Amino acid sequence: MRKFLEIINTLDRRWIFVFIGLAVSLPLFFPIGIKFSVSHPVQGFYDTIEKIPDGSKILMSCDFDPGSMPELYPMTITALEQMFRKDLKVIITCLWPAGPPLVERALAHVGAEYNKQKGIDYVHLGFKEGKEVVMVSMGASIPNTFPTDYHGTPVSEIPIMQGVTNYREVAMIVNISAGYPGTKEWVQQVQSRYQIGLVAGCTAVSAPEFYPYYQTGQLKGLMGGMKGAAEYEKLVGVMGLGTRGMDAQSVSHLMVFAFILIGNLAYFTLKFMKRKESG
Amino acid sequence: MSYQTLGIWIGALFTLCILSFLYKDNPFYKFAEHVFVGISAGYGVALQFHNVFLPNLWRPLMAGNLLMIIPLIMGGLLFTRFFASISWLSRWSIGMLIGIYSGIAIIGFGSGDLVLQIHGNLLPLWGTGLFTALNNWILTVGLIACLVYFFFSKEHKGSFGVVARIGIYFLMISFGASFGYTVMSRMSLLIGRFYYLYGDWLGILPQ
Repeated sequence: MRKFLEIINTLDRRWIFVFIGLAVSLPLFFPIGIKFSVSHPVQGFYDTIEKIPDGSKILMSCDFDPGSMPELYPMTITALEQMFRKDLKVIITCLWPAGPPLVERALAHVGAEYNKQKGIDYVHLGFKEGKEVVMVSMGASIPNTFPTDYHGTPVSEIPIMQGVTNYREVAMIVNISAGYPGTKEWVQQVQSRYQIGLVAGCTAVSAPEFYPYYQTGQLKGLMGGMKGAAEYEKLVGVMGLGTRGMDAQSVSHLMVFAFILIGNLAYFTLKFMKRKESG
Repeated sequence: MSYQTLGIWIGALFTLCILSFLYKDNPFYKFAEHVFVGISAGYGVALQFHNVFLPNLWRPLMAGNLLMIIPLIMGGLLFTRFFASISWLSRWSIGMLIGIYSGIAIIGFGSGDLVLQIHGNLLPLWGTGLFTALNNWILTVGLIACLVYFFFSKEHKGSFGVVARIGIYFLMISFGASFGYTVMSRMSLLIGRFYYLYGDWLGILPQ
């Protein structure tokens, strides 16, 4: 028993990596189909978009880069699916420099699926440096802040942008955020100032920071991490990376939980045994 | 081999190079790390040049907008930091930057966080149904206890110390929740990488 506890106490961390690797890999090959329910904040995200009248214009800010793609890209895809199904007109901006190629990829995928036309059903305005300054500037004029779209077409020549001057002409804002600038800045600079509906999808790391905004109603809906993405996919009826990753997510969490439990039990039991031996 | 396939192979090999660090530090990891840092820096400079400098300053200036001379000079002053004798000139530009960002941040924080979050914590403790009331009590007690913990003008002793200790427990619970979310986030990244390796690269994942 003591020998076993000492092995656990001095276990090479690389063994833990191997176990975590297996815990993540095996469910990808052999799906278990662990059930999960939809939480209130994710339901709020879905419902808020559903309540927007068909054909309205929506501003979507994709503030992330490839570093957070596994969590946020599935949310982007699913949000576009829901909005295109409702025939909402989507105006997309990026406040992260590496975001535009991911948006292009998502639009190519979902836009083609729903037969949506660039410039009529959606527009990708690309990246603009300036963080909060860009958000405030869009409150004055979106066309002045983004004079051209991602491909260099002047916004004055883009049909979907006709009649769009600032936040007053969009029904709500959808933000997909990996950090700064992101959800917090959209709440502080835009939602509270212009009283516009805002829903957000964010990485799991930053989700606890944003729940107070959901509680106060500043955010109408919130998705946190891959779990949030999976719940949203369930509501929209999409089988994406979020749903496919949930088994691996759950099994790896159980593994981490088991390691914490076993590690602590071994540590304290050994300590107790040593104290007993020394008198 | 198409460009897309080549891209997938490069991505997969660099992923394996980075993951090799889990065994121990090695030249493959170092190589991938240096390439990543170099490409990121290069991409950043090129992006800023094409996305910020050219459209916001250079092109308007060349089109005859002479007001753009002011940001050009202010931007140029930032580079005086490289010369010790005139480096103080850069403080003008830095001062302006800090002033603008502070102004924007303070307004946003005041209206978005401070007022609305205080308002959001003024909750009814009775007459709202059992579970809502219980929830509101937990939130209110936790808030007060945490604030007491961060009140350092009075020694944490006696009843004041007890409340401060309760505040520590609430803080620990919130740190635990944050850590749990962090684990979830990191696992998601690992799942994403494995999905890429098994699916996009090797193509052995079941559909």
